[in-house]
Amino acid sequence: MSAGTTADTLVIGGGLVGAAVAWGLARQGEKVILIDEGDVALRASRGNFGLVWVQSKGSGMHDYARWTRRSADLWPDFAGQLAEDSGVSPDYHKPGGLHFCLSEEEMDEVRALNDRMHNVNGALGYGAEMLDRKQLDELMPGLGPDVVGGSYGKHDGHANPLLLLRGLHAALARRGGRYASDARAETIEPDGTGYRVTTPKDVFRGAKVVLAAGHGNSALAPQLDLDIPLRPEKGQILVTERAAPLLTMPTHLLRQTDEGTIMMGDSHEDTGYSTRSGSPVMSQIARNAIRCFPALANLRLVRSWAAVRILTPDGAPIYQQSDAHPGVFSLNCHSGVTLAGAHALALAPMIAAGALAPEMAAFSAGRFHGQTH
Amino acid sequence: MVRRIEPDGETFEFTFEGRTIVARPGDSIAAALTAAGIVNLRDSVVSGRPRGVFCMMGSCFDCLVEIDGVPNRQACMTAAASGLEVRRQRGGVEVQAS
Repeated sequence: MSAGTTADTLVIGGGLVGAAVAWGLARQGEKVILIDEGDVALRASRGNFGLVWVQSKGSGMHDYARWTRRSADLWPDFAGQLAEDSGVSPDYHKPGGLHFCLSEEEMDEVRALNDRMHNVNGALGYGAEMLDRKQLDELMPGLGPDVVGGSYGKHDGHANPLLLLRGLHAALARRGGRYASDARAETIEPDGTGYRVTTPKDVFRGAKVVLAAGHGNSALAPQLDLDIPLRPEKGQILVTERAAPLLTMPTHLLRQTDEGTIMMGDSHEDTGYSTRSGSPVMSQIARNAIRCFPALANLRLVRSWAAVRILTPDGAPIYQQSDAHPGVFSLNCHSGVTLAGAHALALAPMIAAGALAPEMAAFSAGRFHGQTH
Repeated sequence: MVRRIEPDGETFEFTFEGRTIVARPGDSIAAALTAAGIVNLRDSVVSGRPRGVFCMMGSCFDCLVEIDGVPNRQACMTAAASGLEVRRQRGGVEVQAS
């Protein structure tokens, strides 16, 4: 058994969730190996829009709303520590965020959502408020005539997902973690007091195992007697040429990057695990964006792509620890950027300690199996 | 130092920052500028530092120039033509908020 293949924790999946937890574990002093499928992976992290988004999250599950807010609160410190460890800044900004409403009906729906969230977590806890058109114009000049009003969330922000992923990998390496690429986990088995993960590249051994393989968890989790229900949902994104600063803050439809490109998104399709772009949805995304912000019609598109979200039946994360196999954790969520702060600075310390904290019980997959946890 | 493989042939002219550039049929703007020894095509939107031809095949968007008043055109993907007025792309495009 070579030293390069044994670890305190084997993290399976080198995307945003796995890399954030792996770095967080390494910060706790653990020896970590991040086992990754490689460039062929269905990598949701490479298609992410880049919002750090609190408003609208967790309306049916208040623990999820609180967890999201906790991550948004951790993000400034997380981004700073990541840049210090890796030398890569994830371009994080927290100017707040806007959700545009295009009709009075939509205003009523979003207002009702905000009220529900305030009732549970308090107005300060959720931090989103309704704005009329005049108030919106003060925050964001240039809106089209169809925008009636919107919701402003002061905890919202955005980051560059690709720099975030690169930073997490660099920071893990800086902390002595190993990244094993082209190592698709094929089997996971108990091995003495720990676990053995077999890949085409090597056989790895660890005292603990974290499953963070996105949709790959669907095949891996049953090997450890875990039932993790996931479904794919495609999102498409369009990117314009670089422009001078135009958008003052991110929105649920549009955001402008530090480089000046404007990203447009917010599509939802079920096409299995396909990552093909398609012109009907691309047209719809562009139409929506121009309706909210007419000046965008003057910009050329330079790129488009699609990615597959990892969705649970209720859209909230599943954080599951195995009862039968101590030290095995399954992490499943679609908000790899928003939750990166919590994954690295709050969840990883729990995993390092060997058990999820009691407040995480609400995120168990048991909620889909008629159990409390 | 860049030099053309075929030294002879038909030529035509366009301008870059007002300077006359001699091009050959089949040249992209990037090829003609490269042959003329011009490597500084734009300023980075982020750092303001000079940028020029990199991939020469439409992928990198590093060779952006303004062509006949239209900003952010890829010099490597645009055929050179007689009489074009090409300028350096300076910073990001200003989009008028209506």
